[in-house]
Amino acid sequence: MSVVEATPVVRKTVLNAVHRQMGAKMVEFNGWDMPVEYPASIGCGIVAEHMAVRTGVGIFDVSHMGDIRLAGREALAAVQHISMNDASRLAVGQAQYSALLYPQGTFVDDVIVHRLGEDEYLLVINAGTREKDFNWVRDNTRQFDCKVEHLSDDFTQIAIQGPKGVNVLQKLTDADLSAVKFYWVTRGTVCGLKNILMGRTGYTAEDGFEIYIPPDEETSARVWHEILAAGKEFGAVPCGLGARNTLRLEGKLPLYGHEISDTINVWEAGLDRFCKMEKPEFVGRAALEKAKAEGVKRTLVGLEMIDRGIARDGYKVLDEGGREIGYVTSGSPAPFLKKNIALAYVPPAQAAVGTMVKVDIRGQGVKAQVIPTPFYKRPKKAAKSE
Amino acid sequence: MPYPTDRKYTKEHEWITADGMIGITHHAQGSLGDIVFVELPKVGTEITIGKSFGTVESVKAVSDLYAPVSGTVTGVNEALATAPEQVNKDAHGAWMVKIKVKDPSEMNALLSAPDYDKFVSEEAAH
Repeated sequence: MSVVEATPVVRKTVLNAVHRQMGAKMVEFNGWDMPVEYPASIGCGIVAEHMAVRTGVGIFDVSHMGDIRLAGREALAAVQHISMNDASRLAVGQAQYSALLYPQGTFVDDVIVHRLGEDEYLLVINAGTREKDFNWVRDNTRQFDCKVEHLSDDFTQIAIQGPKGVNVLQKLTDADLSAVKFYWVTRGTVCGLKNILMGRTGYTAEDGFEIYIPPDEETSARVWHEILAAGKEFGAVPCGLGARNTLRLEGKLPLYGHEISDTINVWEAGLDRFCKMEKPEFVGRAALEKAKAEGVKRTLVGLEMIDRGIARDGYKVLDEGGREIGYVTSGSPAPFLKKNIALAYVPPAQAAVGTMVKVDIRGQGVKAQVIPTPFYKRPKKAAKSE
Repeated sequence: MPYPTDRKYTKEHEWITADGMIGITHHAQGSLGDIVFVELPKVGTEITIGKSFGTVESVKAVSDLYAPVSGTVTGVNEALATAPEQVNKDAHGAWMVKIKVKDPSEMNALLSAPDYDKFVSEEAAH
């Protein structure tokens, strides 16, 4: 008999009961029953949660994210083969944004590659692509002396995001977080749990941490509540996927199935700086070399709505004359920027900042303009004055 | 949340007063979340029972507004264009359009406040 991978109806993180208890509005996201927002009665809602992350701190259950560990003598060679960024530049304890590509130069998924040890790497992958990613990584690393493990269900992953995120987590750990730079990791005791992995990473275009704790329900719930309690003095609120989406959109962080997919290549998505063509070999490289020489037919741009209206995922983009030229990949009101923004694929000829276009909103061509991205960039920390 | 008894309700979560003011219910604003945009018809527009006459958008989603009864739009709450969050703050006060009801007997088929309350609690139990 053959092993058939059953598709479970809907998956839950171990914090599911906690979210429901807190009154979260739940939605299905990529096969997961997840909180989209918490209730206004506890100071939440997408806008409030979004603002908390921009100005203070917000706490997210991101346990639906997957994890793949590669370890062994040839782990680096394996990671180099399957990812587009240059993992040889990573020191132990450092992380980088990267992507797994098909031979066509399109996306299997985008990932964060963490170098945990001399010959040990952890890839953090998307929820909706867990099985696909793991199978793809396993199949494409068989020639290397390297063990590949699927650890997606081994952690409860909690994100503590916002300028005050560091202050909140510092109250709960013995590790010196001020020594951890953005996109670096450390280990330490967190809420009494020893040797917990903490990465200064996130998906909110803000400073913050993601921690990886044991996945049992009791421990996960305890830590979740302890983080919220520790964050109280900084205005911490629990945040759902709604705010996670608007936060990442303001920062132009791609979402799989929207800005990147198995039919969109690296150059179209504008992720050039994470793709190291100076690496002699990786899956997708040859196709990308060819695609670069040919030039792209579409490119990802940021739009701001000029007239009243909100561009939504999948809406058509029109030129000023009303001819269809592209489509919106993600669109929403931007709670911090207080304008309606969108990411869209359009031909390079219409991609220059300042170009006027229209978005087809229920049959009406609503005026929009190409504007610089990312829409939001977090303020650089002011130099310490003595 | 006690639903005001001076009006009727639909299963699509709109309310309508005897003199033809239409809005959405407290329950509806709660499930939509932060309302950021309301698109309403112009004065003079004919609206048809059960058909969409406008849209209300939260950060996350677009929802249609359905006409509880047929009629002609005689007034539009222009304040919602710049302050759509009023719908979250006071759903039963933030009217959207006012209509001249075409056939008052259509009102009879709508839900009373207690019936709507019951409908919402049953829906939540699912």
